[in-house]
Amino acid sequence: MLQKIYDWIDERVDVTPIWRDIADHEVPEHVNPAHHFSAFVYCFGGLTFFVVVIQILSGMFLTMYYVPDIENAWKSVYYLQTEVAHAQIVRGMHHWGASVVIVMLFLHTLRVFFQGAYKKPRELNWMVGVLIFFIMLGLGFTGYLLPWDNKAYFATQVGIEIAEQVPLIGPEIKTLLAGDENIVGAQTLTRFFAIHVFFLPAALFALLAVHFLLIRRQGIAGPL
Amino acid sequence: MSEKKQQVSRRQFLNYTLTGVGGFMAAGMLAPMLRMAVDPVLKPSAAGDFVNVGLAVEDITTEPQRVDWLVEQVDGWYESEVSRSAWVFKDENDNIKALSPICKHLGCVVSWEGSEDYPNEFFCPCHDGRYYKDGTNVPNTPPLEPLDEYEQKVENGMLFLGMAKPRGEA
Ligand code: HEM
Ligand code: FES
Repeated sequence: MLQKIYDWIDERVDVTPIWRDIADHEVPEHVNPAHHFSAFVYCFGGLTFFVVVIQILSGMFLTMYYVPDIENAWKSVYYLQTEVAHAQIVRGMHHWGASVVIVMLFLHTLRVFFQGAYKKPRELNWMVGVLIFFIMLGLGFTGYLLPWDNKAYFATQVGIEIAEQVPLIGPEIKTLLAGDENIVGAQTLTRFFAIHVFFLPAALFALLAVHFLLIRRQGIAGPL
Repeated sequence: MSEKKQQVSRRQFLNYTLTGVGGFMAAGMLAPMLRMAVDPVLKPSAAGDFVNVGLAVEDITTEPQRVDWLVEQVDGWYESEVSRSAWVFKDENDNIKALSPICKHLGCVVSWEGSEDYPNEFFCPCHDGRYYKDGTNVPNTPPLEPLDEYEQKVENGMLFLGMAKPRGEA
């Protein structure tokens, strides 16, 4: 049945070369843990992406209940946490995944660093990777405020004051982040929400696309 | 394929196990998310409390009168008071009837004798839907069902109304 549907489409649109191009390529021996177990270090990039997928999916479902408003944010999180079946698990995935993704990203970066895989011609992809790292930190920072509990509030308070230490334009950065000169409040929450679920994920997708395209063009770095 | 070749090849075996394990992991990930998303459908429907609508039984006549009252509504994490309305009257057998004003066509609000052209009927202005006094829809007007009826009870001579239910269930 599935085969038939696939054939029907393939006959007309010729999709096979498209997905072959994306999915069908040799895995070099030095990258295959079945040959050298130590090659498991090559998995960290994929694992990072896997956790990112979890973050995006779980985040999309959390947004079904979450409200970015200081009156209701905490209540809506409390409601989904206590009243909605399995929402506790989904929030748990997002909550813990946010840390796991940083760990994976760090391990991936260590592998690339110690193998020297960032050297010519792959310098560009190292830079893209650094940008992805910043985006990820941004997602963690903005997401942390969303539950609007005490920990969230004071962590953001401190985070914004850290940003204020930037020479010369510090106060402007603070206002830009918080949405108000003095208050961490209603406007901060809506801002952080928008950044967390629209701006940064969009930037992340773009960077990931470039990251993967570069890998396909340049191939994985050779054995040590 | 000959009989001998029917056995599972190494490649096939790896394909099956990988798809199986992968599918299992994907299902484990997606199941809680989907369950969370469909939760509103699976929640037991709320049983409404009876609320004193502020109308004494002795004041109920055979002429439908509109009563408005407030009920506590719990909407997820948001609690508020919302207003409900009913058209209340006594029918020819002296039974109290409390009809919901929500049109059974597409949910506009009907009024008793809402149109001068149709005396002694409920009228819906949206698409000229009409109902006889007992709530039955007038044939060949848009509504296909009678108006809902409120669950009711009388305590200390006052009228208490609950949830509006389709005719026959109240
Ligand atoms: C790599 C990507 C992401 C990371 C690292 C991340 C990180 C975080 C963190 C740390 C929190 C606070 C969780 C808690 O304290 O329990 C959070 C909350 C939240 N995130 Fe994300 N997030 C990511 C992607 C997304 C996406 C793509 C969406 C939506 C499309 C999203 C929607 C939300 C929502 C609605 C909340 C508030 C609910 C809650 O606090 O449990 N996130 N995120
Ligand atoms: S909604 Fe009442 S007639 Fe259409």
